[in-house]
Amino acid sequence: MKLITAVIKPFKLDEVKAALETFGVKGLTVSEASGYGRQKGHTEVYRGAEYKVDLVPKLRIEVLVDTEDADDIIDVIVKAARTEKIGDGKVWATPVDAVVRVRTGETGPDAL
Amino acid sequence: MNIDSGNTAWILASTALVLLMTPGLAFFYGGMTRAKSVLNMMMMSFVSIAVVGMVWVVYGYSLAFSDGGALGSFIGGLGDWGLVGLEKTATADDGSGIPSLVFVTFQATFAIITVALISGAIADRAKFGAWVLFTLVWVTLVYLPIAHWVWGPEGWLLELGALDFAGGTVVHINAGVAALALALVLGKRRGWPKDPMRPHNLPFVLLGAGLLWFGWFGFNGGSALAANEVAAVALINTLVATCAAAFAWIIVEKLRDGASTTLGIASGVVAGLVAITPAAAFVTPLGAIALGLIAGAVCAFAVSLKYKLGYDDSLDVVGVHMVGGIIGALLIGFIATTAVNDAGADGLLAGGGIGLLGKQAAGVGATILYSFVATFIIAKIIDLVMGFRVDAEDEISGIDSAAHAETAYDFGSVHAGAGASTGSLASTTTTEQKKVEAEA
Repeated sequence: MKLITAVIKPFKLDEVKAALETFGVKGLTVSEASGYGRQKGHTEVYRGAEYKVDLVPKLRIEVLVDTEDADDIIDVIVKAARTEKIGDGKVWATPVDAVVRVRTGETGPDAL
Repeated sequence: MNIDSGNTAWILASTALVLLMTPGLAFFYGGMTRAKSVLNMMMMSFVSIAVVGMVWVVYGYSLAFSDGGALGSFIGGLGDWGLVGLEKTATADDGSGIPSLVFVTFQATFAIITVALISGAIADRAKFGAWVLFTLVWVTLVYLPIAHWVWGPEGWLLELGALDFAGGTVVHINAGVAALALALVLGKRRGWPKDPMRPHNLPFVLLGAGLLWFGWFGFNGGSALAANEVAAVALINTLVATCAAAFAWIIVEKLRDGASTTLGIASGVVAGLVAITPAAAFVTPLGAIALGLIAGAVCAFAVSLKYKLGYDDSLDVVGVHMVGGIIGALLIGFIATTAVNDAGADGLLAGGGIGLLGKQAAGVGATILYSFVATFIIAKIIDLVMGFRVDAEDEISGIDSAAHAETAYDFGSVHAGAGASTGSLASTTTTEQKKVEAEA
Protein backbone atom coordinates (compact mmCIF):
# COMPACT_ATOMS: atom_id res chain seq x y z
CA MET A 1 0.00 0.00 0.00
CA LYS A 2 1.04 3.60 -0.59
CA LEU A 3 0.11 7.02 0.70
CA ILE A 4 -0.15 9.55 -2.13
CA THR A 5 0.25 13.13 -0.96
CA ALA A 6 -0.44 16.00 -3.34
CA VAL A 7 0.03 19.71 -2.64
CA ILE A 8 -2.00 21.63 -5.22
CA LYS A 9 -3.49 25.02 -6.03
CA PRO A 10 -6.71 25.36 -4.01
CA PHE A 11 -8.95 26.13 -7.00
CA LYS A 12 -7.94 22.82 -8.62
CA LEU A 13 -9.55 20.73 -5.86
CA ASP A 14 -12.82 20.06 -7.69
CA GLU A 15 -11.07 18.86 -10.85
CA VAL A 16 -8.69 16.61 -8.91
CA LYS A 17 -11.55 15.17 -6.84
CA ALA A 18 -13.64 14.47 -9.96
CA ALA A 19 -10.70 12.79 -11.72
CA LEU A 20 -9.99 10.58 -8.70
CA GLU A 21 -13.66 9.59 -8.44
CA THR A 22 -13.70 8.69 -12.14
CA PHE A 23 -10.61 6.53 -11.59
CA GLY A 24 -12.39 4.72 -8.75
CA VAL A 25 -10.73 6.13 -5.64
CA LYS A 26 -13.23 5.74 -2.78
CA GLY A 27 -11.95 8.31 -0.26
CA LEU A 28 -9.49 11.05 0.38
CA THR A 29 -8.47 13.61 2.99
CA VAL A 30 -8.06 17.33 2.26
CA SER A 31 -6.37 19.89 4.49
CA GLU A 32 -5.36 23.50 4.13
CA ALA A 33 -1.65 24.15 3.86
CA SER A 34 0.75 27.03 3.18
CA GLY A 35 4.15 26.92 1.67
CA TYR A 36 6.40 27.88 -1.18
CA GLY A 37 8.46 26.23 -3.85
CA ARG A 38 10.59 27.71 -6.57
CA GLN A 39 8.14 30.57 -7.10
CA LYS A 40 9.02 31.91 -3.61
CA GLY A 41 5.71 33.61 -2.77
CA HIS A 42 4.70 36.88 -4.35
CA THR A 43 4.58 40.64 -3.76
CA GLU A 44 1.56 42.68 -2.63
CA VAL A 45 1.27 46.47 -2.40
CA TYR A 46 -0.70 48.24 0.36
CA ARG A 47 -0.86 52.06 0.30
CA GLY A 48 2.33 52.12 -1.73
CA ALA A 49 4.26 49.79 0.61
CA GLU A 50 5.45 46.51 -0.94
CA TYR A 51 5.11 43.34 1.09
CA LYS A 52 6.72 40.03 0.20
CA VAL A 53 4.30 37.21 0.93
CA ASP A 54 6.44 34.06 1.35
CA LEU A 55 3.81 31.47 2.12
CA VAL A 56 1.19 30.78 -0.53
CA PRO A 57 -2.10 29.05 0.38
CA LYS A 58 -2.32 25.48 -0.92
CA LEU A 59 -4.39 22.34 -0.38
CA ARG A 60 -2.90 19.02 0.68
CA ILE A 61 -4.70 15.91 -0.58
CA GLU A 62 -3.93 12.51 0.92
CA VAL A 63 -5.09 9.21 -0.61
CA LEU A 64 -4.31 5.65 0.53
CA VAL A 65 -4.02 3.31 -2.46
CA ASP A 66 -2.93 -0.15 -3.55
CA THR A 67 0.71 -0.26 -4.57
CA GLU A 68 -0.12 -1.30 -8.16
CA ASP A 69 -2.48 1.69 -8.60
CA ALA A 70 -0.04 4.27 -7.22
CA ASP A 71 1.61 5.35 -10.46
CA ASP A 72 -1.71 5.67 -12.29
CA ILE A 73 -3.25 7.73 -9.50
CA ILE A 74 -0.25 10.07 -9.36
CA ASP A 75 -0.70 10.50 -13.08
CA VAL A 76 -4.43 11.30 -12.65
CA ILE A 77 -3.72 13.92 -9.98
CA VAL A 78 -0.89 15.55 -11.93
CA LYS A 79 -3.01 15.85 -15.08
CA ALA A 80 -6.00 17.31 -13.20
CA ALA A 81 -3.96 19.76 -11.11
CA ARG A 82 -1.74 21.10 -13.87
CA THR A 83 -2.07 24.72 -15.08
CA GLU A 84 1.49 24.82 -16.52
CA LYS A 85 2.12 27.96 -14.49
CA ILE A 86 4.64 28.24 -11.67
CA GLY A 87 3.31 27.10 -8.29
CA ASP A 88 1.28 24.08 -9.48
CA GLY A 89 2.56 22.00 -6.55
CA LYS A 90 3.94 18.49 -6.09
CA VAL A 91 2.73 14.90 -5.77
CA TRP A 92 4.62 12.11 -4.03
CA ALA A 93 4.11 8.57 -2.75
CA THR A 94 5.35 6.94 0.45
CA PRO A 95 5.11 3.28 1.50
CA VAL A 96 2.53 2.42 4.16
CA ASP A 97 3.01 -0.49 6.58
CA ALA A 98 -0.45 -0.86 8.07
CA VAL A 99 -4.00 0.39 7.54
CA VAL A 100 -7.03 -0.43 9.69
CA ARG A 101 -10.64 0.52 8.98
CA VAL A 102 -11.91 1.82 12.33
CA ARG A 103 -15.54 0.66 11.97
CA THR A 104 -14.91 -3.00 11.05
CA GLY A 105 -11.35 -3.69 12.09
CA GLU A 106 -10.44 -4.82 8.54
CA THR A 107 -6.71 -4.53 7.84
CA GLY A 108 -4.40 -4.17 4.85
CA PRO A 109 -5.75 -3.71 1.29
CA ASP A 110 -9.26 -4.67 2.47
CA ALA A 111 -9.33 -1.50 4.56
CA LEU A 112 -8.68 0.82 1.60
CA MET B 1 -40.81 76.52 22.39
CA ASN B 2 -40.98 77.78 18.80
CA ILE B 3 -38.94 75.63 16.39
CA ASP B 4 -38.75 74.81 12.67
CA SER B 5 -39.90 71.23 12.29
CA GLY B 6 -38.20 70.72 8.89
CA ASN B 7 -34.82 71.82 10.22
CA THR B 8 -35.31 69.75 13.35
CA ALA B 9 -36.19 66.62 11.38
CA TRP B 10 -33.04 66.92 9.26
CA ILE B 11 -30.72 67.36 12.24
CA LEU B 12 -32.40 64.47 14.06
CA ALA B 13 -31.61 62.29 11.04
CA SER B 14 -28.12 63.75 10.63
CA THR B 15 -27.29 62.93 14.24
CA ALA B 16 -28.00 59.27 13.64
CA LEU B 17 -25.99 59.40 10.40
CA VAL B 18 -22.91 60.87 12.11
CA LEU B 19 -23.06 58.45 15.04
CA LEU B 20 -22.95 55.54 12.56
CA MET B 21 -19.63 56.88 11.25
CA THR B 22 -17.80 55.71 14.38
CA PRO B 23 -18.82 52.04 14.03
CA GLY B 24 -18.02 52.54 10.33
CA LEU B 25 -14.58 53.77 11.34
CA ALA B 26 -14.20 50.69 13.54
CA PHE B 27 -14.67 48.50 10.44
CA PHE B 28 -12.43 50.74 8.29
CA TYR B 29 -9.62 50.53 10.85
CA GLY B 30 -10.37 46.97 12.00
CA GLY B 31 -9.98 45.56 8.50
CA MET B 32 -6.57 47.22 8.16
CA THR B 33 -5.08 45.62 11.26
CA ARG B 34 -3.82 42.06 11.52
CA ALA B 35 -6.29 39.33 12.54
CA LYS B 36 -4.80 39.13 16.02
CA SER B 37 -5.64 42.75 16.90
CA VAL B 38 -8.87 43.55 15.06
CA LEU B 39 -11.05 43.42 18.19
CA ASN B 40 -8.85 45.85 20.10
CA MET B 41 -8.89 48.23 17.15
CA MET B 42 -12.69 48.16 16.91
CA MET B 43 -13.02 48.35 20.68
CA MET B 44 -11.06 51.61 20.78
CA SER B 45 -13.70 53.21 18.55
CA PHE B 46 -16.64 51.79 20.48
CA VAL B 47 -15.28 52.82 23.88
CA SER B 48 -14.80 56.35 22.55
CA ILE B 49 -18.55 56.46 22.00
CA ALA B 50 -19.14 55.28 25.56
CA VAL B 51 -16.75 57.71 27.28
CA VAL B 52 -17.22 60.83 25.16
CA GLY B 53 -21.01 60.48 25.10
CA MET B 54 -21.14 60.79 28.90
CA VAL B 55 -18.49 63.53 29.05
CA TRP B 56 -20.49 65.54 26.52
CA VAL B 57 -23.61 65.55 28.69
CA VAL B 58 -21.85 66.22 32.00
CA TYR B 59 -19.55 69.10 30.98
CA GLY B 60 -18.36 68.68 27.37
CA TYR B 61 -21.14 70.53 25.62
CA SER B 62 -20.96 73.32 28.15
CA LEU B 63 -17.20 73.87 27.81
CA ALA B 64 -17.38 73.78 24.01
CA PHE B 65 -20.52 75.77 23.28
CA SER B 66 -21.56 77.92 26.24
CA ASP B 67 -20.48 81.45 27.08
CA GLY B 68 -17.07 81.42 28.71
CA GLY B 69 -17.12 84.92 30.22
CA ALA B 70 -13.62 86.41 30.51
CA LEU B 71 -12.04 83.32 28.90
CA GLY B 72 -14.73 83.21 26.22
CA SER B 73 -12.30 83.43 23.30
CA PHE B 74 -10.65 80.17 24.30
CA ILE B 75 -13.11 78.01 26.24
CA GLY B 76 -16.76 77.95 27.25
CA GLY B 77 -18.11 78.01 30.78
CA LEU B 78 -19.84 75.49 33.00
CA GLY B 79 -23.21 77.25 32.82
CA ASP B 80 -24.77 74.41 30.82
CA TRP B 81 -23.22 71.53 32.79
CA GLY B 82 -25.41 68.44 32.82
CA LEU B 83 -27.56 70.12 30.16
CA VAL B 84 -29.63 71.40 33.08
CA GLY B 85 -32.28 73.82 31.89
CA LEU B 86 -31.79 73.18 28.16
CA GLU B 87 -34.79 70.86 27.86
CA LYS B 88 -37.32 73.38 26.58
CA THR B 89 -35.00 75.82 24.80
CA ALA B 90 -34.20 76.24 21.11
CA THR B 91 -31.11 77.37 19.18
CA ALA B 92 -32.96 80.45 17.90
CA ASP B 93 -35.87 82.50 19.28
CA ASP B 94 -37.44 83.44 15.93
CA GLY B 95 -38.81 79.98 15.14
CA SER B 96 -36.04 79.08 12.65
CA GLY B 97 -34.08 77.03 15.16
CA ILE B 98 -34.03 73.47 16.47
CA PRO B 99 -34.35 72.20 20.06
CA SER B 100 -31.12 72.78 21.99
CA LEU B 101 -30.92 69.09 22.90
CA VAL B 102 -30.95 68.12 19.21
CA PHE B 103 -27.99 70.45 18.62
CA VAL B 104 -26.25 69.04 21.71
CA THR B 105 -26.65 65.45 20.53
CA PHE B 106 -25.60 66.28 16.96
CA GLN B 107 -22.40 67.89 18.27
CA ALA B 108 -21.72 64.97 20.63
CA THR B 109 -21.31 62.69 17.63
CA PHE B 110 -18.53 64.95 16.28
CA ALA B 111 -16.57 64.81 19.53
CA ILE B 112 -16.97 61.02 19.58
CA ILE B 113 -15.57 60.38 16.11
CA THR B 114 -12.69 62.82 16.56
CA VAL B 115 -11.40 60.82 19.52
CA ALA B 116 -11.97 57.51 17.73
CA LEU B 117 -10.02 58.70 14.66
CA ILE B 118 -6.81 59.02 16.70
CA SER B 119 -6.80 55.30 17.58
CA GLY B 120 -5.67 54.33 14.08
CA ALA B 121 -2.16 55.56 14.86
CA ILE B 122 -1.58 53.13 17.72
CA ALA B 123 -2.85 49.80 16.38
CA ASP B 124 -1.70 46.56 18.04
CA ARG B 125 0.15 48.05 21.01
CA ALA B 126 -1.82 50.36 23.34
CA LYS B 127 -2.98 49.31 26.80
CA PHE B 128 -6.75 49.43 26.75
CA GLY B 129 -7.02 51.13 30.14
CA ALA B 130 -4.52 53.78 29.07
CA TRP B 131 -6.56 54.44 25.92
CA VAL B 132 -9.78 54.82 27.94
CA LEU B 133 -8.08 57.35 30.21
CA PHE B 134 -6.65 59.12 27.16
CA THR B 135 -10.10 59.52 25.56
CA LEU B 136 -11.39 61.21 28.72
CA VAL B 137 -8.43 63.57 29.17
CA TRP B 138 -7.92 64.35 25.48
CA VAL B 139 -11.51 65.25 24.70
CA THR B 140 -11.51 67.52 27.75
CA LEU B 141 -8.20 69.32 27.25
CA VAL B 142 -7.84 69.30 23.47
CA TYR B 143 -11.16 68.80 21.68
CA LEU B 144 -13.35 71.06 23.80
CA PRO B 145 -11.06 74.15 23.57
CA ILE B 146 -10.51 73.82 19.81
CA ALA B 147 -14.22 73.22 19.17
CA HIS B 148 -14.88 76.40 21.16
CA TRP B 149 -12.31 78.41 19.17
CA VAL B 150 -13.99 77.51 15.89
CA TRP B 151 -17.69 77.10 16.72
CA GLY B 152 -18.32 78.46 20.22
CA PRO B 153 -19.70 81.90 21.03
CA GLU B 154 -16.82 84.43 20.83
CA GLY B 155 -14.37 81.69 19.80
CA TRP B 156 -11.24 83.44 18.54
CA LEU B 157 -10.96 81.63 15.20
CA LEU B 158 -14.65 82.30 14.52
CA GLU B 159 -14.16 86.00 15.31
CA LEU B 160 -11.05 86.07 13.11
CA GLY B 161 -13.15 84.89 10.16
CA ALA B 162 -11.47 81.53 9.51
CA LEU B 163 -13.93 79.22 7.75
CA ASP B 164 -14.47 75.64 8.92
CA PHE B 165 -17.87 74.42 7.82
CA ALA B 166 -18.06 70.98 9.40
CA GLY B 167 -14.83 70.38 11.27
CA GLY B 168 -11.75 70.26 9.05
CA THR B 169 -9.64 71.85 11.78
CA VAL B 170 -11.61 70.80 14.87
CA VAL B 171 -12.03 67.16 13.83
CA HIS B 172 -9.55 66.15 11.16
CA ILE B 173 -6.41 68.24 11.52
CA ASN B 174 -6.86 67.96 15.28
CA ALA B 175 -7.18 64.14 15.22
CA GLY B 176 -4.40 63.76 12.64
CA VAL B 177 -1.93 65.85 14.64
CA ALA B 178 -2.89 64.11 17.89
CA ALA B 179 -2.33 60.78 16.12
CA LEU B 180 1.20 61.87 15.20
CA ALA B 181 1.97 62.88 18.78
CA LEU B 182 0.56 59.63 20.14
CA ALA B 183 2.48 57.50 17.60
CA LEU B 184 5.69 59.27 18.65
CA VAL B 185 5.07 58.71 22.37
CA LEU B 186 4.15 55.03 21.97
CA GLY B 187 6.88 54.24 19.45
CA LYS B 188 6.93 51.72 16.63
CA ARG B 189 5.30 48.32 16.70
CA ARG B 190 7.75 45.47 17.18
CA GLY B 191 8.99 44.48 13.75
CA TRP B 192 7.78 47.65 11.97
CA PRO B 193 8.53 48.41 9.20
CA LYS B 194 10.46 45.20 8.40
CA ASP B 195 7.73 42.66 9.10
CA PRO B 196 4.69 42.56 6.84
CA MET B 197 1.66 44.05 8.60
CA ARG B 198 -0.93 43.58 5.92
CA PRO B 199 -4.63 44.45 6.24
CA HIS B 200 -6.35 41.22 7.29
CA ASN B 201 -9.79 41.98 5.84
CA LEU B 202 -10.13 44.39 2.94
CA PRO B 203 -13.89 43.84 2.58
CA PHE B 204 -14.18 45.27 6.15
CA VAL B 205 -12.19 48.30 5.01
CA LEU B 206 -14.55 48.85 2.09
CA LEU B 207 -17.59 48.35 4.31
CA GLY B 208 -16.21 50.91 6.75
CA ALA B 209 -15.44 53.42 4.00
CA GLY B 210 -18.99 53.00 2.69
CA LEU B 211 -20.51 53.58 6.13
CA LEU B 212 -18.29 56.64 6.62
CA TRP B 213 -19.38 58.13 3.29
CA PHE B 214 -23.04 57.45 4.14
CA GLY B 215 -22.71 59.06 7.56
CA TRP B 216 -20.73 61.99 6.18
CA PHE B 217 -23.84 63.32 4.42
CA GLY B 218 -25.12 64.00 7.94
CA PHE B 219 -21.72 65.32 9.07
CA ASN B 220 -21.50 67.92 6.29
CA GLY B 221 -25.15 68.26 5.28
CA GLY B 222 -26.26 68.48 8.90
CA SER B 223 -23.67 71.15 9.66
CA ALA B 224 -25.92 73.64 7.86
CA LEU B 225 -28.10 73.13 10.96
CA ALA B 226 -31.07 73.56 8.65
CA ALA B 227 -32.82 71.77 5.80
CA ASN B 228 -32.02 74.46 3.25
CA GLU B 229 -29.93 75.49 0.22
CA VAL B 230 -26.70 75.51 2.26
CA ALA B 231 -27.26 71.87 3.21
CA ALA B 232 -27.85 71.17 -0.49
CA VAL B 233 -24.46 72.61 -1.47
CA ALA B 234 -22.79 70.59 1.27
CA LEU B 235 -24.58 67.47 0.06
CA ILE B 236 -23.50 67.60 -3.58
CA ASN B 237 -19.96 68.56 -2.62
CA THR B 238 -19.76 65.65 -0.16
CA LEU B 239 -20.63 63.37 -3.04
CA VAL B 240 -18.45 64.76 -5.79
CA ALA B 241 -15.26 65.74 -3.94
CA THR B 242 -15.17 62.19 -2.63
CA CYS B 243 -15.63 60.70 -6.10
CA ALA B 244 -12.72 62.83 -7.33
CA ALA B 245 -10.40 61.88 -4.48
CA ALA B 246 -11.17 58.16 -4.76
CA PHE B 247 -10.47 58.29 -8.48
CA ALA B 248 -7.27 60.32 -8.07
CA TRP B 249 -5.90 57.89 -5.47
CA ILE B 250 -6.33 54.80 -7.68
CA ILE B 251 -4.84 56.61 -10.69
CA VAL B 252 -1.74 57.45 -8.63
CA GLU B 253 -1.55 53.79 -7.59
CA LYS B 254 -1.91 52.53 -11.14
CA LEU B 255 0.90 54.79 -12.35
CA ARG B 256 3.17 54.28 -9.34
CA ASP B 257 2.56 50.68 -8.22
CA GLY B 258 1.05 49.07 -11.32
CA ALA B 259 -2.35 48.20 -9.82
CA SER B 260 -5.37 50.09 -8.50
CA THR B 261 -6.30 48.60 -5.12
CA THR B 262 -9.41 48.34 -2.97
CA LEU B 263 -7.46 49.75 -0.01
CA GLY B 264 -6.54 52.65 -2.29
CA ILE B 265 -10.09 53.48 -3.34
CA ALA B 266 -11.32 53.21 0.27
CA SER B 267 -8.49 55.49 1.40
CA GLY B 268 -9.26 57.94 -1.41
CA VAL B 269 -12.90 58.04 -0.30
CA VAL B 270 -11.87 59.01 3.22
CA ALA B 271 -9.25 61.53 2.04
CA GLY B 272 -11.88 63.23 -0.12
CA LEU B 273 -14.43 63.32 2.70
CA VAL B 274 -11.84 64.80 5.05
CA ALA B 275 -10.74 67.48 2.59
CA ILE B 276 -14.26 68.63 1.65
CA THR B 277 -15.37 68.80 5.30
CA PRO B 278 -14.22 72.38 6.06
CA ALA B 279 -15.13 73.56 2.56
CA ALA B 280 -18.41 71.70 2.01
CA ALA B 281 -20.76 74.71 1.84
CA PHE B 282 -18.22 77.31 0.67
CA VAL B 283 -17.18 75.99 -2.77
CA THR B 284 -18.96 75.15 -6.03
CA PRO B 285 -19.39 71.52 -7.09
CA LEU B 286 -16.72 72.03 -9.78
CA GLY B 287 -14.45 73.50 -7.13
CA ALA B 288 -15.17 70.42 -5.02
CA ILE B 289 -13.98 68.16 -7.87
CA ALA B 290 -10.70 70.08 -8.07
CA LEU B 291 -10.32 69.93 -4.30
CA GLY B 292 -11.01 66.18 -4.28
CA LEU B 293 -8.53 65.43 -7.08
CA ILE B 294 -5.78 67.33 -5.24
CA ALA B 295 -6.57 65.72 -1.88
CA GLY B 296 -6.72 62.18 -3.28
CA ALA B 297 -3.44 62.48 -5.17
CA VAL B 298 -1.51 64.26 -2.40
CA CYS B 299 -2.72 61.89 0.35
CA ALA B 300 -1.82 58.86 -1.80
CA PHE B 301 1.78 60.08 -1.58
CA ALA B 302 1.56 61.42 1.99
CA VAL B 303 0.87 57.96 3.47
CA SER B 304 4.39 56.90 2.45
CA LEU B 305 6.03 59.66 4.51
CA LYS B 306 5.99 57.53 7.65
CA TYR B 307 8.48 55.10 6.11
CA LYS B 308 10.85 57.94 5.26
CA LEU B 309 10.47 59.76 8.59
CA GLY B 310 10.25 56.61 10.73
CA TYR B 311 7.05 57.12 12.78
CA ASP B 312 4.62 54.21 12.99
CA ASP B 313 1.27 55.91 12.32
CA SER B 314 -0.13 52.43 11.79
CA LEU B 315 -3.28 53.16 9.79
CA ASP B 316 -2.26 56.53 8.31
CA VAL B 317 -4.31 58.97 10.38
CA VAL B 318 -1.61 61.58 9.73
CA GLY B 319 -1.36 60.96 6.00
CA VAL B 320 -5.12 61.01 5.46
CA HIS B 321 -6.72 63.18 8.17
CA MET B 322 -3.99 65.70 8.95
CA VAL B 323 -2.83 66.14 5.37
CA GLY B 324 -6.36 65.95 3.92
CA GLY B 325 -7.65 68.39 6.52
CA ILE B 326 -4.86 70.89 5.80
CA ILE B 327 -5.50 70.66 2.04
CA GLY B 328 -9.22 71.32 2.52
CA ALA B 329 -8.71 74.18 4.97
CA LEU B 330 -6.11 75.95 2.82
CA LEU B 331 -7.91 75.44 -0.52
CA ILE B 332 -10.84 77.37 0.97
CA GLY B 333 -8.51 80.38 0.79
CA PHE B 334 -8.31 79.89 -2.98
CA ILE B 335 -11.68 78.60 -4.19
CA ALA B 336 -14.31 79.67 -1.64
CA THR B 337 -17.04 81.81 -3.17
CA THR B 338 -20.05 83.65 -1.81
CA ALA B 339 -21.86 82.64 -4.99
CA VAL B 340 -22.90 79.40 -3.25
CA ASN B 341 -23.32 80.68 0.32
CA ASP B 342 -23.72 84.25 1.60
CA ALA B 343 -22.34 83.21 4.99
CA GLY B 344 -19.04 82.16 3.35
CA ALA B 345 -16.33 84.36 1.89
CA ASP B 346 -14.48 84.91 -1.38
CA GLY B 347 -11.08 83.25 -1.78
CA LEU B 348 -8.17 84.32 -3.97
CA LEU B 349 -9.59 82.87 -7.20
CA ALA B 350 -13.04 84.37 -6.52
CA GLY B 351 -11.57 87.88 -6.27
CA GLY B 352 -11.48 88.03 -2.49
CA GLY B 353 -7.74 88.65 -2.20
CA ILE B 354 -5.27 86.83 -0.03
CA GLY B 355 -6.90 87.73 3.29
CA LEU B 356 -8.98 84.56 3.61
CA LEU B 357 -5.98 82.33 2.92
CA GLY B 358 -4.14 84.05 5.77
CA LYS B 359 -7.03 83.42 8.16
CA GLN B 360 -7.23 79.78 7.06
CA ALA B 361 -3.50 79.35 7.63
CA ALA B 362 -3.87 80.87 11.10
CA GLY B 363 -6.59 78.36 11.96
CA VAL B 364 -4.51 75.45 10.64
CA GLY B 365 -1.35 76.60 12.40
CA ALA B 366 -3.03 77.20 15.76
CA THR B 367 -4.75 73.80 15.67
CA ILE B 368 -1.54 71.96 14.76
CA LEU B 369 0.48 73.69 17.45
CA TYR B 370 -2.02 73.33 20.28
CA SER B 371 -3.09 69.79 19.44
CA PHE B 372 0.47 68.49 19.06
CA VAL B 373 1.86 70.01 22.25
CA ALA B 374 -1.16 69.21 24.42
CA THR B 375 -1.52 65.65 23.10
CA PHE B 376 2.19 64.93 23.49
CA ILE B 377 2.12 66.07 27.12
CA ILE B 378 -1.08 64.13 27.93
CA ALA B 379 0.26 60.94 26.34
CA LYS B 380 3.66 61.28 28.05
CA ILE B 381 2.05 61.70 31.46
CA ILE B 382 -0.22 58.67 30.95
CA ASP B 383 2.83 56.70 29.76
CA LEU B 384 4.81 57.67 32.87
CA VAL B 385 1.96 57.02 35.30
CA MET B 386 0.57 53.71 34.03
CA GLY B 387 2.46 52.80 30.85
CA PHE B 388 0.76 53.27 27.49
CA ARG B 389 2.12 50.13 25.79
CA VAL B 390 1.35 46.49 26.39
CA ASP B 391 4.13 43.99 27.23
CA ALA B 392 6.26 42.68 24.39
CA GLU B 393 4.76 39.21 24.85
CA ASP B 394 1.17 40.46 24.62
CA GLU B 395 2.00 42.55 21.58
CA ILE B 396 3.53 39.61 19.75
CA SER B 397 0.93 37.01 20.71
CA GLY B 398 -1.86 39.50 19.96
CA ILE B 399 -3.52 42.25 21.96
CA ASP B 400 -7.04 40.83 21.46
CA SER B 401 -6.55 37.85 23.72
CA ALA B 402 -4.26 39.77 26.11
CA ALA B 403 -6.51 42.81 26.64
CA HIS B 404 -9.99 41.48 25.95
CA ALA B 405 -9.77 37.70 26.50
CA GLU B 406 -11.24 37.16 23.04
CA THR B 407 -10.12 36.33 19.53
CA ALA B 408 -11.98 37.53 16.45
CA TYR B 409 -11.88 34.33 14.43
CA ASP B 410 -11.95 30.62 15.20
CA PHE B 411 -9.02 29.33 13.19
CA GLY B 412 -8.98 26.08 15.16
CA SER B 413 -10.82 23.93 12.64
CA VAL B 414 -11.48 23.87 8.92
CA HIS B 415 -15.22 23.96 9.54
CA ALA B 416 -15.51 26.14 12.64
CA GLY B 417 -18.31 25.04 14.90
CA ALA B 418 -19.02 21.85 12.96
CA GLY B 419 -17.81 19.52 15.65
CA ALA B 420 -14.03 19.90 15.63
CA SER B 421 -14.02 21.91 18.83
CA THR B 422 -10.99 24.01 19.75
CA GLY B 423 -11.55 23.75 23.47
CA SER B 424 -14.01 22.92 26.17
CA LEU B 425 -16.22 25.10 28.30
CA ALA B 426 -14.16 26.16 31.31
CA SER B 427 -16.98 27.58 33.41
CA THR B 428 -20.66 28.26 33.00
CA THR B 429 -22.99 30.82 34.39
CA THR B 430 -26.39 29.76 33.15
CA THR B 431 -28.67 28.36 35.80
CA GLU B 432 -29.65 25.53 33.49
CA GLN B 433 -26.07 24.25 33.28
CA LYS B 434 -25.41 24.75 37.00
CA LYS B 435 -28.42 22.59 37.71
CA VAL B 436 -27.07 19.86 35.43
CA GLU B 437 -23.68 20.01 37.17
CA ALA B 438 -25.27 19.87 40.60
CA GLU B 439 -27.29 16.79 39.70
CA ALA B 440 -24.20 15.07 38.32
